[in-house]
Parts: sequence; C-alpha cells; structure tokens
Amino acid sequence: MIALDGVSLGIGGQPILHNVSLRIDAGKVLGLVGESGSGKSMTALSVMRLLPEAATLTGQISLEGRDLTALSERQMCAVRGADVGMIFQEPMTALNPVQSIGDQVAETLLVHGAAGRAEAARIARERLTRVGMSPDRFPLDRFPHELSGGQRQRVCIALAIALRPKLLIADEPTTALDVTTQAKILELIRELVREEGMGCLLISHDLAVVAQMSDRIAVMKSGEVVEHGPTSDVLEQMQHPYTRALFEASRHQPNRTHERNGDPLLEVREAVRDYPLKRARLFGPRPSFRAVDGVSLTIQRGESLGLVGESGCGKSTLTRAILGLEPLQDGSILLDGKPVTPEMPADLRRRMQVVFQDPYGSFNPRHRVRRLLAEPFHLTGRPADMEARLVEALESVGLAPSDLEKFPHEFSGGQRQRIAIARALVARPDLIVLDEAVSALDVSIRAQILDLLVELQARHGLTYLFISHDLTVVRAVTDRVLVMRAGRIVESGETEAVFAAPRNPYTQALLAAAPVLPAA
Amino acid sequence: MRWPIQLLLGSALFAVFLIAALLSLIWTPYPVTELAIADKLSPPSADHWLGTDHLGRDMVSMLMAGARTSIAVALLAVGIGIALGVPLGLAAAARRGTLLDEVIMRGNDLVFAFPSLVIAILITAVFGPSAVNAILAIGIFNVPVFARVARGAALTVWPREFILAARVAGKGAALISAEHILPNIANLLVVQGTIQFSMGILAEAGLSYVGLGAQPPTPSWGRMLADAQTFFYAYPRLALLPGLCIVMTVLGLNLMGDGLRDFLDPRLRRAVR
Repeated sequence: MIALDGVSLGIGGQPILHNVSLRIDAGKVLGLVGESGSGKSMTALSVMRLLPEAATLTGQISLEGRDLTALSERQMCAVRGADVGMIFQEPMTALNPVQSIGDQVAETLLVHGAAGRAEAARIARERLTRVGMSPDRFPLDRFPHELSGGQRQRVCIALAIALRPKLLIADEPTTALDVTTQAKILELIRELVREEGMGCLLISHDLAVVAQMSDRIAVMKSGEVVEHGPTSDVLEQMQHPYTRALFEASRHQPNRTHERNGDPLLEVREAVRDYPLKRARLFGPRPSFRAVDGVSLTIQRGESLGLVGESGCGKSTLTRAILGLEPLQDGSILLDGKPVTPEMPADLRRRMQVVFQDPYGSFNPRHRVRRLLAEPFHLTGRPADMEARLVEALESVGLAPSDLEKFPHEFSGGQRQRIAIARALVARPDLIVLDEAVSALDVSIRAQILDLLVELQARHGLTYLFISHDLTVVRAVTDRVLVMRAGRIVESGETEAVFAAPRNPYTQALLAAAPVLPAA
Repeated sequence: MRWPIQLLLGSALFAVFLIAALLSLIWTPYPVTELAIADKLSPPSADHWLGTDHLGRDMVSMLMAGARTSIAVALLAVGIGIALGVPLGLAAAARRGTLLDEVIMRGNDLVFAFPSLVIAILITAVFGPSAVNAILAIGIFNVPVFARVARGAALTVWPREFILAARVAGKGAALISAEHILPNIANLLVVQGTIQFSMGILAEAGLSYVGLGAQPPTPSWGRMLADAQTFFYAYPRLALLPGLCIVMTVLGLNLMGDGLRDFLDPRLRRAVR
C-alpha cells in the first residue's frame, strides 16, 4: 500500500539515509527500530516530506500508486493529515495550549475542506470518542492542560486519524508515558490499525514495544535498513549481527558478584514532604500537596536498592530529600546515624552523590570537564592530589586524562553519563543516587553503563539507590526493590521475589503493563 | 559561523559616533566652549564643515563633544542598571516565591511605574540639574529592567540538572548564581544592555532638551536641539544635525542588539555546533 523504494536522503551533502526500502500494508504495523541517529525519524519525515531546506531526497515513495517525491509542496499539504497522519513523542507540546481539543481535531477537517463547521465538530466528537475520550468526561471544550499525558496522546491520535488516513506514522508515541499508560495507548493504536485498515509505521527504540506491536520489523543502523522481515522471523533468525547485538544489549544482565554487608547506611523514617500550593483566595490558608507520605526505608551498605514508580508518585521528591536538598515536614533521614538536612555538614554531604537522567542537562555547558569534575571538591576543599584524583576518576569510567580539557558538548550521550559518574566518584562517596541514570541512553550504551556501575560498585564498595521507571533495568541491577505510588511505598522486598510474585495489585498492574522481549 | 548583517551594520554605525566621541577627548576642530559671535550662524564652509550655531560655535566640534556626553551618560546608566539590577534579579530568582522575591520584584514595579523623566525631575528637584544626575536618573530607570530580565532568565536555568548537581556539591545560592547562572544568562544581558544603551541615549537627549541633563557649556545633542528650536525655520540645519546623530546612534545600537540576539541565540548556536 505504501512502499519506499531505494530512498536516499542527504542534508547539506551529509548522507542521512541510504537506499531505504520498506513496505507497509493496510491493517498492518511495521516496527522500525534502531538507536538514536540511525535515521528512523528521518525516514518518517521523508514520507511526510517535512525535511530541512538543504535536503535532497532520491528514490520513490509511493502511496497507493502515487509517487510522493514527485508532488509539489502544495499537493503535499493535501496529503499530510489526510492520507498520512502522524503522532509524536511529546504529547505535552504537540497540542496547541490555547485551543480546545474539539477545535483542534475539527481544524484538521476544516483545513482539508472535508466538512463544514457543524459537521467537523460532529466528526471531531466521534473521533475523540473513538480514541476513548468519552463525551461525558471529555467535552469538546476541554483544553490540553486539563488532560493527563496519556489523554493528550489520545487527542493527538484523534487528530492524526480525523480524516481516516491510509498511513499512520507513530514516532516514539509512548516514550514519554508511564508503562501503564503506554500499554493502553499501544493497545489503542493496534486496535485502530486493525479496525480502520490503516497501515502503521511505528518508530521506537524499545525493542520490546516493537516486538509486541508489529507484524513486520525493520532494523535500521546508520541510515540503512540492515534487516527487514516478519516479526517472528526477525526475532528467531536475527540474521544481521547488529540485530543480534541490539537484542542482546536490551536484555543485558550485568554480572553482579558484589556482596551486601548488612548494616544500614541510610535510614528514612516516616518521611513526609509537603509542597505549598497557590492560595485559593487572597489571605486564605495556603493549601499543600503531600508528595511523600510517611515513607520509611533502609539501604544497607553495599546494596543496590531499586525504587520504581510512575511519574508523579513522589520518587524525585523523595530523592531530593534524601540528598538533603529539601527539608522534611515530618520524620527523619539518617546517614550512618547522622541526620540529613539541607544544613548538614559538608563532610556528610560528600558521602552522598548523584547521577541524573539527562546527559545533556547535567553539566554547565560553559565549563570544561576539569572544572565540572572538581565541583564536589567544594565540599572537601581542594586536596593536594586533586589532579591525580580527577585523572583517576576519569580513567575509572573509561575516559582519557586528555578529556579534562574538553567541553561537555564534545562528548556523546554515553560518554557524558560516564563523566557524570566520574563527578559522583570524585568525592569518594558511600552512596550514589542514580536518578533514571540510564533512561535516556540507547540500549547498547545502557548495557555498557550498567556494566560500569556494577564494576565500580565491586571496586569501591559503593551503595546504590537506583531510581527508575524501567522495570527491566531495575530487575537486572538491584538486590531489593521498593514500589512507590502516590507518595507511599506499596511493596518492598528482594527484587527477584517481587518480580516473580508481586503481592500488591498496583505492582501486579505495573509488571503486567511492561512490554517484555520474547525469550531468545 | 556567519555574522548577522545587522550586527555588522549596527556596529559600524555606532563605531562612527564612538570614534568621534573618543577623538573629541583629545581633539576637536575648534574648542567647543569658545564663542565667536562674529561667525554666528554661518553656513557650511571649508572652515566650518557643518557651519556654526547661534553663538558661533563650530557644529562639527559640538556634535563630536555631544556624542561624548551622550555615550558617557548612557554607558554609565547601563552600568548602574547592570550593577544593581542583575544581582537583585539573581537574588529574586534564587529565592523565588519567598518574601525576598516579592519585595524585590514589587520594589521594581514601583520604580518601573515612574518614567525616567519623572525620576529625573525628582532628582533634580533635590540635587539640581547636572549630567551626573541625568546618569543617576537613567540608571535607576534601568535597574528594574535588568532585574526582570535577569530573574526571568535565571528562573529557566535553576531547574536544570547541573544546578541540582552543584547543590549536591554543597554550593550555596550565591555561588551557584555567580558560577552557573550568570554565565548562562550573560548573552541575554548583553543584548538587553545594547537596547538599554540606545534608550539611555534617547533619554539623555530628552533630559538635556528639557534642561535637566548636561548644563551649559557642556555640549549635548539634546541641548543643541533645545537651542536650535527658536531658529528652526531660518536654520533647520541646527536642529536636524543633532537630531540625525541621535537617530543614527540609536539605530546603530538597535541593529547591534538585534544582530547580537541572533548571533547569541542558543538555538542558532546549536545549529552551528
């Protein structure tokens, strides 16, 4: 139905895609996987012809016999939205915040002259209902900010399918969503594809999602399709070594040999953290939101403790309290028996360090690595052997001493995450908090970083608090796990025991919703 | 990296007046305070390229010295604005949502509510008219502008993870503001600085025109305009020349500001990277 035939793309002379050939049939899902920079999104944008100015596109993209590459920009406008619909990764920014959801869906119909105003509103209603936004709960005059992430993604889908397109392009449609929401959105997409007879190009870096959703899979690497075939064949045969490497990396289990020591390092007792909200009335009482509600936990020396939960459950708030960045309203946090507060002494603060999710945002872009790494020395005063310690930290994460003079933008995402780990190591801490530390990385890089973390733990006797929404990763690297929901710990126990037989209904739902890669 | 055309054009335009102003410190064709009533209102000639004014002073010399006054006043006023406004804005951002934030920002609103002319009249009423007081008045007017820009920009930097990392390293708000926030908002402040600079030149001209700025015999474009008023029908040149200087300087600075903004825009920078 839609076929890409020998499509190549160059931007300003730089080759981006090379000889990409794919076909998507009506009512079927083609999963396109690959790591960042492999050309997945560029393939989608080539179909839409939403390319930068300096781009040169060759080859054929035929949609029901019509060659899209030969159309004028004006003709292409008629195709976009009508014949090809698209949904994006970030539902928070994909909708216009000042237009109601009904107007936004109706607008697509009006722009394409598919319906009059009243008719467009009727179809918008029908399409929104179709994606699970019932009329009683979600009238047309709702605005995007009144909806959750999953609901917004539903509106985006309603927009994309308003004109019953022949092809739906979903570019990482669930990457920004929680697992339980992801499961529902994926279910919706599959159902729509089957019932409306659309073709679907599903782009994802998550092999489990693609394996579960797709009829056919195409694997991309540096602008080329290296393997393409029916899902079961690709999963069983994995003819290309890159496909095999990709699958192995996603189910990578670091080899953990480190022993737990047993005595508690960090204790959190009945911690309560409230956020003040805006006053409802002038001079009225200030309401507050309880983000962490009586949480107690203990981390043993040398242990890896996992903390999982969906967005808004209070993980990050708890983390900031544990790091002594924000005060508690009730309860206490003790590190080695000494209280953790925003005013705690520098030597206590030194013993807890953190690695964040975003390898791009966690460094001041204007400082060199030397200065970035030396930041924790603020706590201890600069030691006489500072230079040696910086080099040692850098080498222990697999980087070269010459990298000290570089700026963060000269490194790749994985390398930056290594620098972030080196920065945490420099102060020789006891506890490292890993706040979604591998979530933004490609699977192969993620596997390397996980190995590095395990190795560093064994070598330096580190204790990890591993915070993540990614259950596979948590299972691979933690000894014990805590499940958090709405500010409370709902389940805790040895990781294997919790994953094998979850007792709390929420944990069960969470595990059931997580896409699983079929066993090799 | 391509330099925006506005930046080159604006810088060139402004450079002309800057060089004239600097040159006037060591040399002008004629002394600007020397009256030559016999030569008054003479048309442009080989001796006086742009003629003389109603007191026989050489127009070229007057304009050069006037540029010095205008630029010095505006520059110092921007300096006052940055020196006071940026720390206030950074402090407000560091303590966002607290009483300190409210006090600083509402104080800013209060100052902002008075046009610089009103502030100048207030100051003059107390201290008497002079160039120094014009600098103070325009400077005070600049403080809330820079405080707001600094606070707004700093607020977007504070939630970033490298700030959190610095806090984990035990750094306090003042150190973080100086080390991490300021370098990351500097480009916005530079752009705002050029814009305030051009507004300062306009304000200086305005204040001098109504007699609240530089006092005679210190030459100033605004004073020249005021003096030329009575002769406007007979000798429009006397008013047009300083007027043109003001327009060109302000235009140059505004182009420079626009160009700098494009040049320093992080999105453009990323594309270049």
